[in-house]
Amino acid sequence: MRITCPLCGARDRREFYYKGDAVALDRPDPAAGEAAWDDYVHNRDNPAGPTRELWYHESGCSAWLVVTRDTRTHEISGVDLASDLAADVAGAGA
Amino acid sequence: MTPLDGMAPLAIGGMTLSEVDLGRLTSVAPYKGRDAALGKALKAAHGMGWPEPNRATGKDGARAIWFGQRMALLAGPEPAAELAEHAALTDQSDAWTAVTLEGPGAADVLARLVPLDLRPGVFAPGHTARTELQHMMASVTKTGEAAFLILVFRSMAQTLLHDMQTAMEGVAARGRP
Repeated sequence: MRITCPLCGARDRREFYYKGDAVALDRPDPAAGEAAWDDYVHNRDNPAGPTRELWYHESGCSAWLVVTRDTRTHEISGVDLASDLAADVAGAGA
Repeated sequence: MTPLDGMAPLAIGGMTLSEVDLGRLTSVAPYKGRDAALGKALKAAHGMGWPEPNRATGKDGARAIWFGQRMALLAGPEPAAELAEHAALTDQSDAWTAVTLEGPGAADVLARLVPLDLRPGVFAPGHTARTELQHMMASVTKTGEAAFLILVFRSMAQTLLHDMQTAMEGVAARGRP
């Protein structure tokens, strides 16, 4: 399995660390209420199909990536820098 | 004292592994929106451009090596004070072990250790990569047609030496180059 890092290019899976669903990029407002926070902290879908998930290019450029992966085939249809998607992260950018 | 204690160059199969003292090592991380100003300051102060991802600029004695997302390693000179206006500078001089691997077959040796496409048309002089060398976080820069500059954390100096020597002996045993 290879992941095409937007900065480094196609690299072996061993360079990457898997975090999980990319839900961390959509953190609710602090005042969003218990239901929203309960959902954010505890509840995850388990789809048979495309998922958005966070991977860390640990042995490479140290960037967090949002990888769109099909759980049925492991086909990767997109890789983005998390810093490009989360513009509110201080100092973010490529 | 250098991480490999100034070891004598290791010559195996026509290839040479040498420890190098790169001088001052400084990580340079541009502040948001200051990339262009930093590039100009780097050029003016040290005569080399800001390295794009996977590239190194400069030459022996003074290089700027791309070192990850929004970061380069300035290897050699004491960083000019102006750089600090545009970027976070951190002294890394004691943090890294640096070796060069030179000679025909150098790419074959590295191919045993790093998951990179090292073919000459893909990884050419002036190219660099952050990658894994065995299980160590590494920086690999191609400095010549058959010459590589390799950095790993200082604490892993002996492991690097062991792994490099094993790979060199393996390539040499196959009769290559």
